[in-house]
Amino acid sequence: MLARLRHIPLVAFAAGAALLFGTALALIFFYAPIDADQGLSQKIFYIHVPIALTAYACFGWGAWKAFQHLRTRAPGADLESYAAIHQGVIFGALTLLTGSIWARISWGRWWTWSSNQLVTFLILFLFYSAYFMLRYSVEPGPARANMSAVYALFGVVLIPISWLSIRIANDYIHPTVFTTHGPQMSGSMFFAFCVSWAGLLALAATMYRIELAGKRLDARLRELRELLA
Amino acid sequence: MSASEKYVAAAYLVLFVALLVWVVIIAAKLARLERDVDELAELARRRVERQSESEEREEVSV
Repeated sequence: MLARLRHIPLVAFAAGAALLFGTALALIFFYAPIDADQGLSQKIFYIHVPIALTAYACFGWGAWKAFQHLRTRAPGADLESYAAIHQGVIFGALTLLTGSIWARISWGRWWTWSSNQLVTFLILFLFYSAYFMLRYSVEPGPARANMSAVYALFGVVLIPISWLSIRIANDYIHPTVFTTHGPQMSGSMFFAFCVSWAGLLALAATMYRIELAGKRLDARLRELRELLA
Repeated sequence: MSASEKYVAAAYLVLFVALLVWVVIIAAKLARLERDVDELAELARRRVERQSESEEREEVSV
């Protein structure tokens, strides 16, 4: 199914992202009710959580492409892994920023080291940020692609740790919305959340494909320059 | 504007600004790629000119 997504034109992806995210904004502010406990500040949930889940998805996709590179040496898999991790880092930074803003209004502080969810997400973010330092410290070629792929695969272990940390360690500060009993919110809130997540996933996919197209074009131009020189 | 409204606006603004920054970076990359294509087109044009000149010289020497 994911392979079929590749055949959808980029314009359709971008239009889908704009439509979904526009609908999500309308649902968040005009359809979903105001939370009785947190009030208006709960509206941050509709972008903060989907952004975090999108970051996980990007890191997971990057690791899957890295695995494909190591297993089959699929052409372009290394570049795809790189682009996905780059998107993951962008969405990871946004998760930390929107989370800090929400923490300030909810807990009265920008950050707390006592929340396992926050700390494990920060570790995940820093781990994948270091990916670029590793990648650009090695000359381009098969060695760089292999090292980057191994590093990307190691990082994916941190995703379930980050996701499960609040459930395992009884984190009382960071709220747990999705439990074994399902989402702890009303149907209209959950619908707005799902549309927002779909919009952000479509946005990430669009950005990923644009970045990938740019990187491929860059590589082909470099090849052409060498031929013409 | 209440404190909650300010923080909600700030959170959504962060996403909007990040998107804008990304668009600016992509626009800069696109401009660089355009310059590269122009440069390569110029190189290819010169090569074709040189090739046709050398072919003409060969014809004269025969």
